[in-house]
Amino acid sequence: MKSLLATLALTTALTLPGLAMARPVTLTTTMNNYGGDGAYLALYVTDAAGAYAGSLWMAGGKSKYYEHLSEWYRATAGDTAQINGITGASVGAGRTLEITLDLADALFDAGYTLHIDAAVEDMRDSPNEVAVPLTTGGAGTPITGRRYIADFTYDM
Amino acid sequence: MIRALHRWPGLLAAALLIVLTLSGAALSVFPAAERLTAPQAETGLSVATLAARIQTAYPGVEQIRRSPPGQITAYWFLDGTPGAAVIDPATGAGVGSADPNQVERWLTNLHRSLFLGYGGRIAMALGAAAMLILSVSGSVLVARRAGGWRRWFAPLRGPLSGRLHVEIARVAVLGLALSSMTALWMSASTFDLLPITSSAPAFPNDVSGETGISITSIELLGQTPVAELRELNFPYPGDASDVFTLKTDQGTGYLDQGTGAALGWTDLTGWENVSETIYMLHTGQGAAFLGILLGLMALGVPVLGVTGVLVWLAGRRSRPRIPGNLPAAKAETILLVGSEGGSTWGFAATLHQALRAAGQTVHVGPMSDFDLAHHAKAQRFVILAATYGDGDAPETAKGFLDRLKALGTAPAAPIAVLGFGDRSYPEYCGYAQRVAEMAKTRGWNMLLPFDTIDRQSPQDFARWGRLLGQALGINLELVHQPIVPPTEMLTLVSRRDYGAEMQAPTAILRFALPRLTFWQKLTGHGFARFEAGDLLGIVPEGSAIPRLYSMASDRRDGFVEIVVKRQPSGLCSAQLTQLAPGDTAKGFIRRNPGFKPGKGRAPLILIGAGTGIGPLAGFIRGNKGHRPIHLFFGMRHPQNDFLYGQDLSDWQTKGRLTRLDTAVSRAANPSYVQDTLRAEGTEVARLIRDGARIMVCGGRGMAAGVTEALADILKPMDLTPQALRAEGRYVEDVY
Repeated sequence: MKSLLATLALTTALTLPGLAMARPVTLTTTMNNYGGDGAYLALYVTDAAGAYAGSLWMAGGKSKYYEHLSEWYRATAGDTAQINGITGASVGAGRTLEITLDLADALFDAGYTLHIDAAVEDMRDSPNEVAVPLTTGGAGTPITGRRYIADFTYDM
Repeated sequence: MIRALHRWPGLLAAALLIVLTLSGAALSVFPAAERLTAPQAETGLSVATLAARIQTAYPGVEQIRRSPPGQITAYWFLDGTPGAAVIDPATGAGVGSADPNQVERWLTNLHRSLFLGYGGRIAMALGAAAMLILSVSGSVLVARRAGGWRRWFAPLRGPLSGRLHVEIARVAVLGLALSSMTALWMSASTFDLLPITSSAPAFPNDVSGETGISITSIELLGQTPVAELRELNFPYPGDASDVFTLKTDQGTGYLDQGTGAALGWTDLTGWENVSETIYMLHTGQGAAFLGILLGLMALGVPVLGVTGVLVWLAGRRSRPRIPGNLPAAKAETILLVGSEGGSTWGFAATLHQALRAAGQTVHVGPMSDFDLAHHAKAQRFVILAATYGDGDAPETAKGFLDRLKALGTAPAAPIAVLGFGDRSYPEYCGYAQRVAEMAKTRGWNMLLPFDTIDRQSPQDFARWGRLLGQALGINLELVHQPIVPPTEMLTLVSRRDYGAEMQAPTAILRFALPRLTFWQKLTGHGFARFEAGDLLGIVPEGSAIPRLYSMASDRRDGFVEIVVKRQPSGLCSAQLTQLAPGDTAKGFIRRNPGFKPGKGRAPLILIGAGTGIGPLAGFIRGNKGHRPIHLFFGMRHPQNDFLYGQDLSDWQTKGRLTRLDTAVSRAANPSYVQDTLRAEGTEVARLIRDGARIMVCGGRGMAAGVTEALADILKPMDLTPQALRAEGRYVEDVY
């Protein structure tokens, strides 16, 4: 159900040719022990020109805190319609968030970048915690985040 | 109704509220600590200067935040490594770790959600709601108990747990109501129940595209004092389309990173302002002193919880089951009970049992259930009524007077009214008296004249029972056994005898202090804490009913002393007056907070006759601070019953007793204590003008004579004994 909705959200945003041309992708985000409460994470994609293309996942349910995910918030103006049905709980220190989504083939090797903004209560905001180009070659390679994310991997 | 609104939320939420308030009180310390330890910015320092200082120290700075208590934190990246520190605004350099305080974080999570996530937050919000209900219902109860909102801080009497409960509540209730209301607002905000939208302006599309302005050249930052700063975000490195974001107490705006131009500004919305004020009021962030104050008030809740449960348990325990209680419609004798704490139910149960044993059909119910339509077979009504506060109806009698007033014609079945109370209160049996008077004006036939029971005296009750029996033509022996607290063995160490020549043997009995258990020492129960004026209950051999004697000693004196006169057919007094040193008696302490000299330097006028000297002598013995005390003492003959005669003159030498006036009733020129009082009227009036407190102890007849004499002395001053009584400056302990 989650992956279906996720696809719908993204397809609406990107007007992809069709669902048939999608494949399941697993996004694994492991937090380091940053010593704070659960982190809010926004996972979203920008196109080759750097323009916002769509959201993949929002970890954290209170919309009043979304402004701390500043790049995502700037791109969407905090529009919660962007994350309808693809919102989950915040991710605690040392925990792992694993989500599987049906992502369109067209997103890969076409200059799209996957971003993660992170924020923790009473700690720094970390926009662009992760910014990784979506390529078939890059799949399975762990990336280290700037402040909160120990490593991030996408697997196909 | 109000009581139920107080009792049930209190009992259900007690444990939750204790966790909530203890964690809240602990959290209240942090804003104050932060305020004291955080390096503060010099007045007039601008955000531009501060930011420039920080940028010099940490070139990769991304964000600067100022907490409401004034602590400034900077976040930066240096060679790809994140860094953060608390900043000294004078230098821009880091002076401490910016990591969140782990203790504070743990307490915050406990306080807001019990570590249970969303469900925990709901539980804590319900806890806050319960606290608000308790604050409101409790306030109504306090006002009712004190006799009005204006008498909010009126002195309290009664058992310790109940007094402590009200004492703490009436100070803490404002803080608790404020904290619970703000908590509910914050919960509503967390659950997205409030229409609070962020006021951040739309992100600007038209930026100059240039980068690298010197931060000190940005006009708006130069104009904004650090005291108003909340947050300054630097543009993301390498992103020419990004901007500076400035948040202040007024609102949010964007600044071009090339030109420094303001690109948009919005003020905080009204909702945001309200929300932030509420956040401040709840957390003390930005109002540290208030926070500490609220924290201290919150500390009262655990005590309120425990004492509240104790009050409830005491009320429950004292309300007995009544076996064989007939339905209202089937009984000829209707007992109606107006009880506050529950002890009057015990008397009703005793009366019910005795009447049943005598072959009567009896129903017992609360006065509030009174309805003539339901008492079809009633031959007589008996009202047993306590009094609440200033002559108000006790809990189970609510609405009775109104129903009585609405009665068209009084029923043919006669009525008897018995009041329960404590003579040391100004409105002794005030409510029962009003019931009796109202019944009389309604033309209701009296089965018995109005009567009263002082301090749950089983003797008074037995005497009244015999009168009731006579009126009903049956033999009625009421043996009421109040719940006797655990007794201790008291060993007599010495006795001084008086009055034998006048066939009125009287003795000052001194018992050794019983050995205390560790628990008693810890809690102050039993003989661990008593003062002169408290009561010693003695349970005589062959009877379960205790007799109460006023105590003539304080715990610190190291002995238990009472004065006992042998009564003609008194079981207990006979046993006591026959004790020889080494013999024992069973006793317990009952507090008598209404009859205490109290603190302060105001003069004391002590008036007593016969054995009534007991507690008064105790007060004088304890008067090591040399407070002025004027004693009036009535005896029969100085040769025979001048109780404490030698001690009194010793105490006078030591300055503990200022003046002694005696009255001798069996002399050539007989006089009573009230006569001496009249003779010294001028001096008494002067002392009263100086704020003196009057304490009377002795027989009922003497007390009535004293009141009369005092009324005459007070008249020229436009005062009455009743007025002094209401102020708590005229108290009696009579028997």
